[in-house]
Amino acid sequence: MHIVVCIKQVPDSAQIRIHPVTNTIMRQGVPAIINPFDLFSLEEALRIKDKVGARVTVLTMGPPMAETSLRKALSLGADDAVLLTDRKFAGSDTLATSYALTSAIKKLSEEEQVDLVFCGKQTVDGDTAQVGPGIATRLGFQQLTYITKIESIDQGAREIVVHRRSEGGVQVLKTALPCMITMLEGTNTIRFGKMDDMFRAARYGLKTWNKDTTGAEETKVGLKGSPTVVSKVFVPKPRAQKATMVEAETPTAEAQAAAAVDAIFGAQPKLADELLARAAAGL
Amino acid sequence: MSEPSKPQGRKFQLPEHLKEYKGIWVIVEQERGSVHSVSWELVGEARKLADKLGVEVGAVVLGADSPELNAICGDAFTYGADVVYKVTDPVLADYRTDPYTRVMTDVVNTYKPEIVLLGATTLGRDLAGAIATTLATGLTADCTELDIYMDNRSLAATRPTFGGTLLCTIQTLAYRPQMATVRPRVMSMPDRDDSRTGRVVEVFPNLRETDVITKVLSFIADREQTEAQLAFADIIVAAGKGLGKPENLKLVFDLAKVLGGEVGVTRPLVQAGWTGFDRQVGQTGKTVRPKLYIAAGISGAIQHRVGMEKSDLILAINTDPNAPIFDFAHLGLVGDALTILPALTDAFGKRLSVNRLAG
Repeated sequence: MHIVVCIKQVPDSAQIRIHPVTNTIMRQGVPAIINPFDLFSLEEALRIKDKVGARVTVLTMGPPMAETSLRKALSLGADDAVLLTDRKFAGSDTLATSYALTSAIKKLSEEEQVDLVFCGKQTVDGDTAQVGPGIATRLGFQQLTYITKIESIDQGAREIVVHRRSEGGVQVLKTALPCMITMLEGTNTIRFGKMDDMFRAARYGLKTWNKDTTGAEETKVGLKGSPTVVSKVFVPKPRAQKATMVEAETPTAEAQAAAAVDAIFGAQPKLADELLARAAAGL
Repeated sequence: MSEPSKPQGRKFQLPEHLKEYKGIWVIVEQERGSVHSVSWELVGEARKLADKLGVEVGAVVLGADSPELNAICGDAFTYGADVVYKVTDPVLADYRTDPYTRVMTDVVNTYKPEIVLLGATTLGRDLAGAIATTLATGLTADCTELDIYMDNRSLAATRPTFGGTLLCTIQTLAYRPQMATVRPRVMSMPDRDDSRTGRVVEVFPNLRETDVITKVLSFIADREQTEAQLAFADIIVAAGKGLGKPENLKLVFDLAKVLGGEVGVTRPLVQAGWTGFDRQVGQTGKTVRPKLYIAAGISGAIQHRVGMEKSDLILAINTDPNAPIFDFAHLGLVGDALTILPALTDAFGKRLSVNRLAG
């Protein structure tokens, strides 16, 4: 069983600040982390390895510094790591990114057939949730997104049963390997690495591949291979008006609350009517 | 509104053969006979965009043929569609990526819409990513605003990025269709017009179940009230770090109960384990659009703001008069949420019970 886990190194979005004058992102000093949603997928891959045995290869596309994230994944228990890095990939949108990653997964498959690809549900910087489906479609793998639980894997029959979150409930799906899975957040608890894995990760000679290594076509990656174009980046406009402050004659909580209720009912008479009607009906 | 649509240094011309792509489509999301409201919100939005372009609105309804499906087709007209593409096959009864993608790819290639919109739901995001890949076209995820740049008649899709700290407008200039998913509750629900009707184009894809690898073994429906139904609540009382400790969440639940509303929280509270992810409002949680949003002890970080700023009326309670939430709330109250919340519960309770006695 060969599992590939695609991860992305992202800036910790909780720590990004906007420059007040120039309105640009201030990235200085913002730590780079593994996309948090990817960790749930990596953990699930490692659990499969623990349970039924598997080789887990972790793959990322990004600048050379993304190596740090691969070493982190190795320290958690991944067996092998591939850094896909090339200036020609710069500016890739999700369609081009999924193409580039697919070219690397195909190359990995030549070494040992890939049975499962895990991706994060989405990234915290781009938030698109499109790269996983893009990879599955390109590989012709079954696509299983928003998975809450892997119920069983039968290696002999090459079958997998999963629970998939949908809007109105949970679908229980049975499908065949190979497939692409994205795990929903909070579905498992991410482990701490073992000491010997940490030592191994620090010394590990990970693979560094570029466009030519994987045979990706130049017209399908980078800006050239990206149908979408960012035409404008801007900071959300503040509302023209600030909040009207609720003032009470006496600064007690009771007086302030009464004034707030007046203000709400005054601003939203229809809502007030609905609330009163509901109360009258005893709801 | 016309904005510069050519990024510096790059030229994008729509190839001649793609110019025949016309009309705006919404893929109507139905599961087990019920439609996700985001689909109708999108039909309403598509109507506005189509009127700008002078083209038709198409609603694509996929599923197994049934009276419920026919009713959904009728509803699509009342919300603003001109034409319904009714795609029926027993294999489409339950959502599965593979057959839905195959069918949609064929239908798009046959009828050539210039814009295809889907809800940014579990189904919509799963399907959109797959279709955009088979069609090798651009897809913009999770949009909060759509517009047409009239100089080249292209779709301008605006979405939050970097956790909501920035917005960016994305275009697909040289490929068709232009695709986008849109968050639920961001666009307003259109009014129904029951007199509206239109053409139905029936499509029979002739699928075979044996060709579909993924099987649905069962469906476990969410039992009502086990999870917060935040996205559809009319009233939300929300709590932030200002509440101090988890026990104080009770104050928020008390007020929500009196108002018949739901409780929402900010991301830090979920991360600290005060409550489940299903109550998180914001960029990585739910987008809400209630009639009344009471924000207690919430500073108003951008990640939270993008999830709730479209609320009809926002009352913010915060001890800090300079908290950013007062910049976009409609009503502000400077005070300690821990004392104001019980007082509000009381005040609303009295106001509503007085009426009950009078009635």
